[in-house]
Amino acid sequence: MAPEATEQFTVKEITPQEAFAELQEGKAKLIDTREPHEHAEARIEGSRLIPPALIADQIAGSAAKTDRVILQCRSGARSAAAAEVLMSLGYEDVVSMAGGILEWEAQGLPTASDSGLTPEQRDRYSRHTLLPEVGVEGQVKLLEAKVLLLGAGGLGAPTALYLAAAGIGKIGIVDDDVVDASNLQRQVIHNTSRVGQPKSSSARQTIEELNPDVEVVEYNFRLDADNILDVIEDYDIIVDGADNFPTRYLLNDASVRLKKPVVSASILSFDGQISTFVPYEGPCYRCLYPTPPPPELAPSCSANGVLGVMAGLMGMLQANEVMKLVLGIGEPLVGRLLLYDALGTRFTELKVRRDPECPICGPNAPEMPRSEMGKFPDYEAFCGGYTGS
Amino acid sequence: MPSVKVPPVLRQHTGGATEVEAAGSNIGEVLGALVAEYPETKEQLFSTEGELNRFVNIYLNDEDVRVLDGLDTAVAESDTVMILPAMAGGAS
Repeated sequence: MAPEATEQFTVKEITPQEAFAELQEGKAKLIDTREPHEHAEARIEGSRLIPPALIADQIAGSAAKTDRVILQCRSGARSAAAAEVLMSLGYEDVVSMAGGILEWEAQGLPTASDSGLTPEQRDRYSRHTLLPEVGVEGQVKLLEAKVLLLGAGGLGAPTALYLAAAGIGKIGIVDDDVVDASNLQRQVIHNTSRVGQPKSSSARQTIEELNPDVEVVEYNFRLDADNILDVIEDYDIIVDGADNFPTRYLLNDASVRLKKPVVSASILSFDGQISTFVPYEGPCYRCLYPTPPPPELAPSCSANGVLGVMAGLMGMLQANEVMKLVLGIGEPLVGRLLLYDALGTRFTELKVRRDPECPICGPNAPEMPRSEMGKFPDYEAFCGGYTGS
Repeated sequence: MPSVKVPPVLRQHTGGATEVEAAGSNIGEVLGALVAEYPETKEQLFSTEGELNRFVNIYLNDEDVRVLDGLDTAVAESDTVMILPAMAGGAS
């Protein structure tokens, strides 16, 4: 807080436009009376930072008593108080900029920033940047992150919505399906008017309306051994919400080879499972499930039903894992399998260890030259019996 | 008696029960008691040679029995045995 002035002074105000004109002419000195983190996030070019508590002590280093001094803060309150302090110290020509930097920005006047965030982004992501664990730096990481979603279905739909809202800079969506009315009970990124449209383009429309910062890339085809490496290579993190085992194993094998973390969840009826597979740091999907079950013992959601909110719950847990991985905070579900029982509202956590015999990430897994990647040892064999669901 | 948590795919064979009790002092005995009570669970759990299927994980409390003593892993009265098959639902 600024020291209290002993006598009353009438503080003159000028508009941001007037301040801009004076600064352009080089006639005035501009003092930013905010805190250092505010100054770093966005400031008027050429302003000198003197926090409110230090204004009386530090002003002499920035302006003489005869100088024209413009004081500016966020909205105009702190600068008016500081102007009174300066007048009480004998400064002759002091004004406060009305409306502060908020009004300056609202008038479309230019600001500088250490963060690389635009004024719109600072506003949009302010609830993130207020968190010390995220901050402006973390938000910049999110905006630079590239996340691939396998499936824009039950799990992918809520995950994509929240990752887009969070400002993940690039979201790839792999889905070769079209929106069906029976999807809408849980796939909240689509809507009734989009029935019949490709899911990837429906998801893209919703994301673009939600957040223009996000670049959406559509992959309107099914991943196979020939194309998977090219698709996943461009991404930092992959979110697996695939509806079939061949894709889950294929993704695992490819992501281990390219060392891409995979956040993997699945849902059935009232039950969900989730784990985060970070290659060589923790187990991979094959360490947990060495082989897929035969088709007759592997029911799918379409055959067995799923409570719609299960998709949202497990999708949110996936999005949360992605956020932690991008920001480098917290404790991702590496080496842990989290089970959720919606009827009992119970979470159970199981340990998952790296399998020393794992044919993909184990110490004896065969080395493969890049040209051989995508040709997995048993993929064709166990995929023969599947058509996907 | 140890309790066995039944995954969704097996509940049709346990009359819908999500958790059942099964007697035994090791994992093999507990699963044997389960199969004796609910014979249709056998195909999901065991191969025709009587080995535990590779696509089903069995946990004793929070630990995979593969890193313990497999079917010989000792089970106490208060333990929970969890049957955990892979699930693939997500997109469709």
